[in-house]
Amino acid sequence: MEVMPKWAEVILVPLISLLLAAVLSALVIMAIGEDPIEAVNLMVTGALGSTYGWGYTLYYATNFLFTGLAVSVAFHAGLFNIGGEGQAMLGGLGVALACLLIPWPHWTLAILGATAGAALFGAAWAAIPAYLQAKRGSHIVITTIMFNFIAAALLNYLLVNVMRPQGSMDPASARFPETVHLPTLHDLLAPIGINFSKAAPANVTFLIAVLACVLVWFLLWRTWLGYEIRSYGKSEPAAKYGGISPTAITMIAMLISGGLAGMMAINNVMGEAERLVLNAVEGAGFIGIAVALMGRSHPFGVFLAAVLFGFLYQGGAELALWTNIPRELIVVIQALVILFTGALDNMVRMPLERLFLMMRRGNV
Amino acid sequence: MDFLTLIQLLDSTVRLATPLLLACLAGLFSERAGIFDIGLEGKMLAAAFFSAAIAALTGSVWLGLLAGIAASMAFSLLHGLASITFRGNQLISGVAINFLAAGLTVLIAQDWFSQGGRTPSLMGGGRFEPLILPFAESIGTIPFLGPIYQELISGHSILVYIAFAMVPLTWWVLFRTRFGLRLRAVGENPGAVDTAGVSVVGLRYAAVMICGVLCGIAGAYLSTALQAGFVKDMSAGRGFIALAALIFAKWRPWHALYATLLFGLFGALETRPDVIQAIFGIKVQGALLGALPYVMTVIILAGFVGKAIPPRAGGEPYVKER
Amino acid sequence: MSAENTSGRQETAAPGSAPAIELKGISKAFGPVQANKDISIRVMPGTIHGIIGENGAGKSTLMSILYGFYKADKGEIFISGRKTEIPDSQAAIAAGIGMVFQHFKLVENFTVLENIILGAEDGGLLKPSLSKARKTLLELEHEYGLNVDPDAVIEDLGVGMQQRVEILKALYRQADILILDEPTGVLTPAEADQLFRILDRLREEGKTIILITHKLREIMEATDTVSVMRRGEMTATVKTAETSPAELAELMVGRKVLLRVDKAPATPGKVILDIKGLRVVDDAGVERVKGIDLQVRAGEIVGIAGVAGNGQSELLEVLGGYADATGDIQVNGQQLDLSGKLSDGRSRRARGIAHVPEDRQREGLIMDFSAWENTAFGYHRDPAYQSGILLNNKAIKGDTEAKMQRFDVRPPNPALAAKNFSGGNQQKIVLAREIERNPDLLLIGQPTRGVDIGAIEFIHQQIVALRDKGKAILLVSVELEEILALADRVAVMFDGHIMGERQSAETDEKELGLLMAGVGS
Repeated sequence: MEVMPKWAEVILVPLISLLLAAVLSALVIMAIGEDPIEAVNLMVTGALGSTYGWGYTLYYATNFLFTGLAVSVAFHAGLFNIGGEGQAMLGGLGVALACLLIPWPHWTLAILGATAGAALFGAAWAAIPAYLQAKRGSHIVITTIMFNFIAAALLNYLLVNVMRPQGSMDPASARFPETVHLPTLHDLLAPIGINFSKAAPANVTFLIAVLACVLVWFLLWRTWLGYEIRSYGKSEPAAKYGGISPTAITMIAMLISGGLAGMMAINNVMGEAERLVLNAVEGAGFIGIAVALMGRSHPFGVFLAAVLFGFLYQGGAELALWTNIPRELIVVIQALVILFTGALDNMVRMPLERLFLMMRRGNV
Repeated sequence: MDFLTLIQLLDSTVRLATPLLLACLAGLFSERAGIFDIGLEGKMLAAAFFSAAIAALTGSVWLGLLAGIAASMAFSLLHGLASITFRGNQLISGVAINFLAAGLTVLIAQDWFSQGGRTPSLMGGGRFEPLILPFAESIGTIPFLGPIYQELISGHSILVYIAFAMVPLTWWVLFRTRFGLRLRAVGENPGAVDTAGVSVVGLRYAAVMICGVLCGIAGAYLSTALQAGFVKDMSAGRGFIALAALIFAKWRPWHALYATLLFGLFGALETRPDVIQAIFGIKVQGALLGALPYVMTVIILAGFVGKAIPPRAGGEPYVKER
Repeated sequence: MSAENTSGRQETAAPGSAPAIELKGISKAFGPVQANKDISIRVMPGTIHGIIGENGAGKSTLMSILYGFYKADKGEIFISGRKTEIPDSQAAIAAGIGMVFQHFKLVENFTVLENIILGAEDGGLLKPSLSKARKTLLELEHEYGLNVDPDAVIEDLGVGMQQRVEILKALYRQADILILDEPTGVLTPAEADQLFRILDRLREEGKTIILITHKLREIMEATDTVSVMRRGEMTATVKTAETSPAELAELMVGRKVLLRVDKAPATPGKVILDIKGLRVVDDAGVERVKGIDLQVRAGEIVGIAGVAGNGQSELLEVLGGYADATGDIQVNGQQLDLSGKLSDGRSRRARGIAHVPEDRQREGLIMDFSAWENTAFGYHRDPAYQSGILLNNKAIKGDTEAKMQRFDVRPPNPALAAKNFSGGNQQKIVLAREIERNPDLLLIGQPTRGVDIGAIEFIHQQIVALRDKGKAILLVSVELEEILALADRVAVMFDGHIMGERQSAETDEKELGLLMAGVGS
């Protein structure tokens, strides 16, 4: 028999973990002499109190949706992809090349090309660690970490030495042409009479991210490929017995994962900056880990977690603006979420299991 | 390239290798005991901040060092709690620790000093000064050997000498003492240790705490010897290079020394593109040189140059089986 | 003597007559599972005491409590008449208890000597400990005839030698009581006999030995007294000389057991499986199967007997499509690809080969998946389970319900995760999946390992029924009894070779045992 009912496993455990992270964050805020309730108020107003705030919250959430899904798909195959950061950087390169080299007539075509470029480059960057894991047994956690650094060095080199327009001092690519400008939520919602903030960067990519959520769910739970990915993630010997190729699944899962991470670049590079800059990813690849852990690697959970982190990011920026609390508070919260929902999972689970066991004994 | 340039290059190699070496040996203790640690970076960073902060507040670099070690050990304790006591995922715990350190250091630095996440610059007793070894001046006049002694061997901070002394000490502890035997055993087969009546939990905590001490010294070196004060994210990926060096060294102390010296040399060359041009006649971008340790580690991991086999029980929480 | 003695109320009888070990009312639960219920037992010094019971009867749990691995919820332990608390292994060792686990607790890349001193070193430096251990080892060698090279690295030693190191480890710690948990599982009958001679010698020297096993033969051969466990309870303790295998079997399962399977003589038809010159090299480069020839005909069960680890698993893996090999295999007259390039588990299934793997929890099932997801496993790309590009979950669930009913899987709940079924019901889920495909060739490994008696009979009946439908069956089992009861023809594997083939009606355990040890043919 299961020790815990399913609802406790799926809802109660993550909720308590989140609560613990929140309490500790509040203590941190108090320790630096600020009022946590005041801080939450500021964050809510700043992130959710206006369409401007929502625009930023959803912009960040879009990034985290992609990276969170990326980590989740790899998790389902039993692989820990820490390389979302590097894959998203390369995705940016793919987007930049697609936007700069091809004269797109309209954004609708450009976004298809850019998506392909982003996914392709992200997947390619994941392919090497995946291949080394599948064929040479190299630990994918270490190789993906290494590939993050290699990606940073590569982009640094390319932006400074190759892609920088003549005469520019910025280590950044040229600006993308006007035709590839993606419609923001303002542009999309105006025709149906909703007045959304013009200044916020949330754009059509958010819809693509939501679509990606749905597709990932279908992939994992409704197709035989997803079935094979999940089987392999649960038991490699069983997968082999069942005629599932470990090499193929490792490669496919990591290509999908890298592709998803890379697709983040449609949002931040094409949708927001409209050129490729250094450090465009800003840690979103790592936040994907927190998002996947909190969302229990389920696309719906990832969606909720991504929006929560979007809120935290925008709220954190507002805090930094109005109080003495630096933006790094968000990094602390993110760390606590990873800690409690990931590494200290058993700390929450063990007492809960004991509680449920006692309740069952009491009932008998 | 003249002799003096070479000496200068090697001198800065030693300086840059020191934190790598300490962190690498830290990781060696932890991973030999079966606890993977990708949180070396975070622990170094935390130690860098607290040693600089306490040194700035008290004016004593030694108190700073202690504070740095304590901070690093606190994170080690957290890692132990997650990965030993609660049998969580060691990699995820390491990731969390890295972010926790990255966030908290800036948060506290801002709260204490209000200088945009830095500490004030350390002066006088707030820093580890170079130690001039005996007769450095007089021996220095001897051709060839003199400059080597005066410029390369003499004139480092005490922490450099500690780091290098740690290599034979680590080797001796691991391979010549009871503690070392048990530590290696618990990383290979904790079941053997447990059934022999030795506490797996105790040994692993001990290893993780030693890791904390060494990371603490590494971090303190960054902010109180290599530089004079803490700046945001000053560990700059060194924890990961140390991890790479550990794999490169295949978890062996002497090889850890060679690996970190090699990676230190890359670091030194990164700042001297002129030297590379002089030797190889080509211009190599600093950014690409910086990526070299990572590329080499991937090649080692891929098993193209000798296979790196980690301790067998590494990464697995120990659960007694029936 | 142990420092944990509570000297207040001692129930010490005269020395010599006190039991070496006495357990009183030991109970232990793991979550909702009661592993040990109110168990009491007395073991006299200088005897070999057997504990027999089916898998999951609670034998290992009881011994783990005695060795300080688990803390009993209730009950008391007396060592030589003194009440003793054993909170951890350290206390057990101090009380003079040594244990040889089923899975050896050795550090593979350490030497014999290093393994022996681990945890029993004298002082902080290794050198003195090592030289002292070297001397003691020599003495123990003389005393008990336990030869082993002290400087050999464990991973270079065979299992028999490794077991010897485990026994030496216990003796080095001056154990008076030695517990051996299923010690013959990995040994040939000859090696097992050698082990029993060592145990006899130890008994003569006054050591007390507890032998845990599920093999009746060993109990009858080696022990002085025997206790029987069933479902966490101790059902009887008797003198070995005064009991019989049949009586013990009955005590083990709680009712009269049919030790043989009712089946008509086989009527073998055409050759279904034809293996010629098969060789398998494992990932580490070791040759595991060294050129074997074997045929299985329609309508017969061919049993592969042998001690675990002599190439049987690799044979099944090759036939199942997930290990590479060289040689020649034909099924129904068609060549199988052995390179691993053109074939996998799926293509083998397409050829009419079904496979019930040796380890159902590791290979046969995904323990976290529900029963219905497991029912599709391996056949998940079957068109019947698809609708368009998606899986037809409804069809799979319906199919699962039908199969669960036909194979009497309990509880008949397709949504329940595989890990929540008992061993027997897990095996029925695998069996239903594979047999209902109506394969031409069924590969079946360890069909009844960890399965309760009731399910064993059902599973055996299903296998025989498939044979009677004219299918070919290749059965691998380390249980000789099962092979003899089920197979029509027996092939014995040893060290990657087939040592010989016999009609099962014309052979016996003794002859097969010799072949299993690599002797004769």
